[in-house]
Amino acid sequence: MRAKDYNRCSMCASLFSLFAVVFLVFTGTVSLVLAAGAYKVGAVFSVTGVASFLGEPEKKTVEMVVEKVNASGGINGHPVELILYDDESDTTKATLAVKRLIKKDNVLVIIGPTRSGESLAVAPIAEKAKVPLISCAASYKIVTPVEKRRWVFKTAHSDGHAVERIFEYMKNHGIKRVAILTVSTGFGASGREQLLKYAPKYGIEIVADERYGPKDTDLTAQFTKVRSLNPDAIVNWSIGPTQILSVKTWHNLGMNKIRLFQSHGFGSKKNLELAGDAANGVLFPISPVIVASLLPESHPQKKTVMDYVREYTSRYNEPVSSFGGHAWDAIQLALSALKEVGPDRTKIRDYLENLKGFVGQSGVFNFSPNDHNGLSKKDLVMVEVVKGQWVLAQ
Amino acid sequence: MDFIQYLFSGLTVGAIYALVALGYNIIYNVTEIINFAQGEFVMLGGLLAVFYREVLHFPLAFAFLASVVTVGFVGYFFERFVIRYAREQAVLSLIIITIAFSIVLKGSAMLFWGKDPYTLEPFTQGEPWIIFGAALQRQSLWVFLTGTAIVVGLSLFFSRSYYGKAMCACADNPVAARMVGIPVRKMIMLSFVLSAAIGAAGGVAITPLSLMEYDRGALLGLKGFGAAVLGGLGHFWGALVAGLFLGIAESMCAGYLSSGYKDAVALVALLLVLFVRPQGFFGNAEVGSIKRF
Repeated sequence: MRAKDYNRCSMCASLFSLFAVVFLVFTGTVSLVLAAGAYKVGAVFSVTGVASFLGEPEKKTVEMVVEKVNASGGINGHPVELILYDDESDTTKATLAVKRLIKKDNVLVIIGPTRSGESLAVAPIAEKAKVPLISCAASYKIVTPVEKRRWVFKTAHSDGHAVERIFEYMKNHGIKRVAILTVSTGFGASGREQLLKYAPKYGIEIVADERYGPKDTDLTAQFTKVRSLNPDAIVNWSIGPTQILSVKTWHNLGMNKIRLFQSHGFGSKKNLELAGDAANGVLFPISPVIVASLLPESHPQKKTVMDYVREYTSRYNEPVSSFGGHAWDAIQLALSALKEVGPDRTKIRDYLENLKGFVGQSGVFNFSPNDHNGLSKKDLVMVEVVKGQWVLAQ
Repeated sequence: MDFIQYLFSGLTVGAIYALVALGYNIIYNVTEIINFAQGEFVMLGGLLAVFYREVLHFPLAFAFLASVVTVGFVGYFFERFVIRYAREQAVLSLIIITIAFSIVLKGSAMLFWGKDPYTLEPFTQGEPWIIFGAALQRQSLWVFLTGTAIVVGLSLFFSRSYYGKAMCACADNPVAARMVGIPVRKMIMLSFVLSAAIGAAGGVAITPLSLMEYDRGALLGLKGFGAAVLGGLGHFWGALVAGLFLGIAESMCAGYLSSGYKDAVALVALLLVLFVRPQGFFGNAEVGSIKRF
């Protein structure tokens, strides 16, 4: 009995001393960081949940960048402290995370969220708290109207850029009569809206406007109808299996004389595998980061993109995605602002708004008070599938 | 020329719907349960065939068989370890159990295969045939042949063979069937295995055409259910005719009206037919009135 008590006492004592040591070490490091005046950067990504394939490379990229900056002595002698929350692809959790970053963690700038839905939900919060937020999502609504989005920026291309890039290519190649096929999801609806909106600007006539469901097993009827109208080209706007299906149907119906354009969602090597030979001749616009090795040496982004691709692939042993590129752009924009103007939210915002010629992964950013995306159609490259390989389209 | 193309497209899609509808009918004939996991059997069939072909490198015919057998086993498992424990419950409860099981299958498929679509090589290689200027894919013919062969086989099985007749007897009157010495539990089990295997065969046949991914089952199940009801629940020829009718209606609508209304047209056609003939094309109103569903 006595021996047991003794044991318990000694255990308490050792536990206590352990806590004490942990406490000392903890406060020690905290005070060290405080002494050096760490710059706090917040991040919210969908690391888990349905959008994890977007959020995961974003998280990895940002961690890689921050680690590298800290290893080389931080920003003007200040280490960067990254506070990263996972919103689990959930709007409510993204909102909570952003509020927490602002109120509790008191960060200087926030990067993310990953998707448009979450970004639209948190934009008014950042706006009200006057904290610069750099979203990695696509929807143009994140940064418009500008008077209500003074503190919000975004690094991903809008759907409109991809549409304009395609139409510009068509205009240069004398393509005038175009059929559009879109999937009845948010992605397809947004694409359809932009396609119809920009067509007149490039002198393009939409001769057919066909739709289909995301789970449809057959698109032959839509393509047959399109074929009977004899357009110069077809634009298909979808992601997932219907995108592959559209390529196969186009090929099987012997429609190769009518050029087939796909959305920027086609830019995955997996699609080439699934579509096989049928994909030859398909054209699509894509962010330069995906086709880094194809870019000519004279391309303004060549070095930046190649460096990122090399670092990311050697560290994580997986190919880069355009999503990781959006996060790279967001964190590098935040870091460059901190480097130039120091830890002041208002100055960071003003700096970002007037930043020109920033070379990133998705393009060369030229921000202005009227444009908080800073990218344009010129930043996308047109790629053609030739003999099962991607090549830059002429 | 376009008309024929729409027809080919409609027949292909329709054959798929018919295959799913057949699966509903078998289980319904024996148990009066509407098995909402039928669409998931189709999905599993397709994905398992890809697994056997691409990962284990089985020959295609063997991968087809292996997939059908595996899914048949899933059907067996479903009956033996889920349905049998709830056999005292009302039919409605059992139907809800099938919905739960479909969610389990879908979730497991997502964990195992992820969310990407998968494809399978066509059964016979080659460019599509051009008939009257319309392209017909070789695989479409395979889907169609599979569907017809199964309908013929099932009709013969249920009308001629001892087992088939015994299975029908279980549905008409389980107590009387048991009294004349038919092993009712065994027949119910057989019906689940059979319909799972048929769903899987359909899944393998359509994967080269339309790819397959984990959440395809629900929509196929819904369209197949539409075809089963339209043809009269329990009728095999009815399922085939109704499936083809729905497929062609969708295809013609997408071709001549607007592709946006395609799904609506199929459903409106279903509603209209049911207003006039609630028992479906081939159903018998008198028999229908004594069924619980």
